[in-house]
Amino acid sequence: MTNRAVPDAGTQIEIYRRMALIKANDERSRKVIMTGRLVMPYYSPRGQEVIPSAISVSLTDEDYVCTIYRGSHDQLAKGLPLKDLWAEVAGRTTGTCKGKGGPMHVTYPTKGIMVTTGIVGSTMPIANGLAWGSQLRGDGRVTVANFGDGAANIGAFHESLNLASVWKLPVIFVCQNNEWGEHTAYDKTSNVRVADRAAAYGIPGERVDGNDPFAMYAAAREAIERARAGEGPTLIEAMTYRFHGHVFGDQDAYMDKDRKARAMADDPVPRFRARLIADGVASEEQLVAMEAEIEAQIDEAVEFALASDFPGVEELKRDVFAEELN
Amino acid sequence: MATQTAAKPAKANILQAINAAIADAMEADDNVVVLGEDVADPEEGGVCGVTKGLSSRFGDARVRSTPISEQAIVGAAIGASLVGFKPVAEIMLMNFTTVAMDMIVNHAAKLRFMSGGQTHVPIVIRTMTGTGFASGGQHCDYLEAWFAHTAGIKVVAPSSPRDAYGLMRSAIDDPDPVLFIENLPTYWTPAEAPEKDHRVPIGKAKLLSEGSDITIIAYARMIQEALPAVAQLAEAGISAELIDLRTIAPWDRDTVLASVARTGRAMIVHEAVTPFGVGAEIGSVLNEELFGKLKAPVKRLGGAFCAVPFSKPLETAFAPQTADIVAAAKALMA
Ligand SMILES: Cc1ncc(C[n+]2csc(CCOP(=O)(O)OP(=O)(O)O)c2C)c(N)n1
Repeated sequence: MTNRAVPDAGTQIEIYRRMALIKANDERSRKVIMTGRLVMPYYSPRGQEVIPSAISVSLTDEDYVCTIYRGSHDQLAKGLPLKDLWAEVAGRTTGTCKGKGGPMHVTYPTKGIMVTTGIVGSTMPIANGLAWGSQLRGDGRVTVANFGDGAANIGAFHESLNLASVWKLPVIFVCQNNEWGEHTAYDKTSNVRVADRAAAYGIPGERVDGNDPFAMYAAAREAIERARAGEGPTLIEAMTYRFHGHVFGDQDAYMDKDRKARAMADDPVPRFRARLIADGVASEEQLVAMEAEIEAQIDEAVEFALASDFPGVEELKRDVFAEELN
Repeated sequence: MATQTAAKPAKANILQAINAAIADAMEADDNVVVLGEDVADPEEGGVCGVTKGLSSRFGDARVRSTPISEQAIVGAAIGASLVGFKPVAEIMLMNFTTVAMDMIVNHAAKLRFMSGGQTHVPIVIRTMTGTGFASGGQHCDYLEAWFAHTAGIKVVAPSSPRDAYGLMRSAIDDPDPVLFIENLPTYWTPAEAPEKDHRVPIGKAKLLSEGSDITIIAYARMIQEALPAVAQLAEAGISAELIDLRTIAPWDRDTVLASVARTGRAMIVHEAVTPFGVGAEIGSVLNEELFGKLKAPVKRLGGAFCAVPFSKPLETAFAPQTADIVAAAKALMA
């Protein structure tokens, strides 16, 4: 495609900041679990940093996002404060959801993070409804539905793309194709590209290098502009690779060692960092300072979370319905 | 229907009452929207015409026919509700809610709790069911116990036009998801018409007849079977109290417990199959709360434990009938 949008210097640095935040947060999460300070199911987004970082710089707090259990990258990129996230995954009352959602169900409407689901394929039907709301109000908001390549084989995917197409909804379906659905490789579960399925519903579909911030930024911008202009949904298949096993503790014996080593050697985070410096967009000192600042924020968030109170048992009865029932 | 809202007849049927309730709610609040298969007017306002007139009156942005995509229907309702709309989604028949179970059970019912109260899902899922129209196994199940067993969703099942209207208005006003079960074979029976803006609170049962010997607890079409049973029992010298539960979850424990404490005998009648059903739950609570006061074991009377049969005599025999209720009540008195 010609004349694709290119992020300006400030935007490039902001994309990198979000990527660095996600990477540092992932590394810290693994460490905190490993040292036994925290017990939680943890689905690492390591390797997938570019996708939400390059999309979210073109979104506002008012735009909506739905994501999945492997969603801390999507949440952080969309602006979820670290303290709220850490307190939630630690099950504390200071968390986004008072500790009642946990890592797989983080909600934070203040930044448009409307649903995080543990059910594969379920972001898409709900994202349609959020987008329908925007369409009815004419408020120009865009909804991003994130999901994995495995989710593209669920019925809800097909129902949702079709409905979004006939209703011309301002929604962007972002398939983060990390080549794995739990322990099963994508090519064992489907013979077609996810992006190609868009044609079946008469909507634009594009396969992008999801580890290239420029390509991802350009594709996202076009989808966002199309949605804001009332031209309907877009399907983006962002190609990436999951660096770790499906869930923390998974020994990843099913993953091809060479493929994994290659992916990790081509880590998109240091790669983009080097590019920013080579292009003169940012200096080494500037990035070091940024990364130190991120580490300090994570330190603070972890300590805040672990020092926070657990919710009282009265919370069992609260938030089941608006009113408390017996 | 919509054209009749100005001067309502004294009689109305359930179908007209639900139509009027949705229309009045849409008129009162622009955030009320309707979606489902065939619900708009070019598609004839739904298979039974419950939503007829609404899209012509309120526009096809607010009343939308959908593809045959139950997950997409409930998902869209959930999403819109998260941002302030009050969607009324139709799932054509209750058996098809099974296709949307993930959206209903994992999302609609739980988002308020899992978000710590930050988001909530004020949707109404309207659905129809009921034996008696020769559809066989996959079109007439009562699955209310599945939903009542899920924390976070309310379940209502009206038996009269007034209650249907009043419960629908309350369901649309409710800040939480409500499953609204309509009984298809009773749609067209005329009865007392609801007045505009009438409300029936969710969670409140209705005492249909007072009695001193036995309490019969029923809902939906079983009320039509129980009413003549009460009359027949009176002729046999048995004074039966009939409670229309109206709301299944949360059910009106106060009314039911007070009645059974008085009569000492209870029977729960429902069209759903008996095992693991609503009758089991109510019966268990009655045992826990009124153990010393019961004069007989609590009786459950439900559908046979099989798929709903097609063949007419079998279909009729599937669900409890007046004669079954009378016989069971007499046995409890013995
Ligand atoms: C409906 C459903 N089926 C199965 C699971 C169990 N499960 C959790 S994650 C997962 C793999 C999903 O892979 P993909 O959609 O590619 O997302 P990824 O984890 O790679 O980000 C499975 C099968 C589930 N959570 N939901």
